Amino acid sequence: MNQRISVLLCAVLALILPIQAIFAVEAGGKAPDCGLTSMRDAQRYDLRQFHGKVLYVDFWASWCGPCAKSFPFLNSLHEKFSKEGLQILGVNLDENPADAKEFLGKYPADFTVAADADEQCARDFDVKAMPSSYLVDRKGVVRHIQLGFRPGEAKELQSLVERLLAEHAGAQ
Amino acid sequence: MKRSQLAPAAACLIFGACLSGCAPVAPWERGNLAKPQMALDVNPMLSTLRSHNYSSREAASGGSSAAGGGCGCY
Repeated sequence: MNQRISVLLCAVLALILPIQAIFAVEAGGKAPDCGLTSMRDAQRYDLRQFHGKVLYVDFWASWCGPCAKSFPFLNSLHEKFSKEGLQILGVNLDENPADAKEFLGKYPADFTVAADADEQCARDFDVKAMPSSYLVDRKGVVRHIQLGFRPGEAKELQSLVERLLAEHAGAQ
Repeated sequence: MKRSQLAPAAACLIFGACLSGCAPVAPWERGNLAKPQMALDVNPMLSTLRSHNYSSREAASGGSSAAGGGCGCY
């Protein structure tokens, strides 16, 4: 009987183990710390190094239509607020880096674009849609999760960014 | 433990292990699925228009997702 129970336990474990979303990122929780590589100069980034800044992490891929629509908005955000302490990080999740380069040729990005080659960041953030954006405040807490991008939501996102920039502005 | 007792336990274990193989495709891994040649409908605009025209002419049909009135115009 004991053996039967242990076999059953093994089977249940085999079912549960692949579920990685147990520690999913939620608004109000700490932003995970993961490493990225810049697409321009292969520089390594650590999400921890942006502590003290308002971080806008945007996961994108070349095949995703709304991602292309979000780029002009992200460029305008970068232009308006980068001096006030906003750091936009476009995380590319293309399987083929050449696709991403072609996309960036068509839709130039003024903000920092990094590749997540081992998909660790995407897994840590538990990305649920493309594009997915995570707004992290100066203290490293995820304050807003944006799934998808519709141009109508740009205004709301911008006011949220402004609000986060105003919080603890002296702590930078 | 007898061999006959071991068999169902082993089958149960293999079944459990196989089930975990049914992993969902992560959103960022759908690049190939996003290609136009992977679409179920090759030309969605054309088929929407056709179904709209068809339902506007065929009185007994309808219930498709095509929008608009009976004149076939938008």
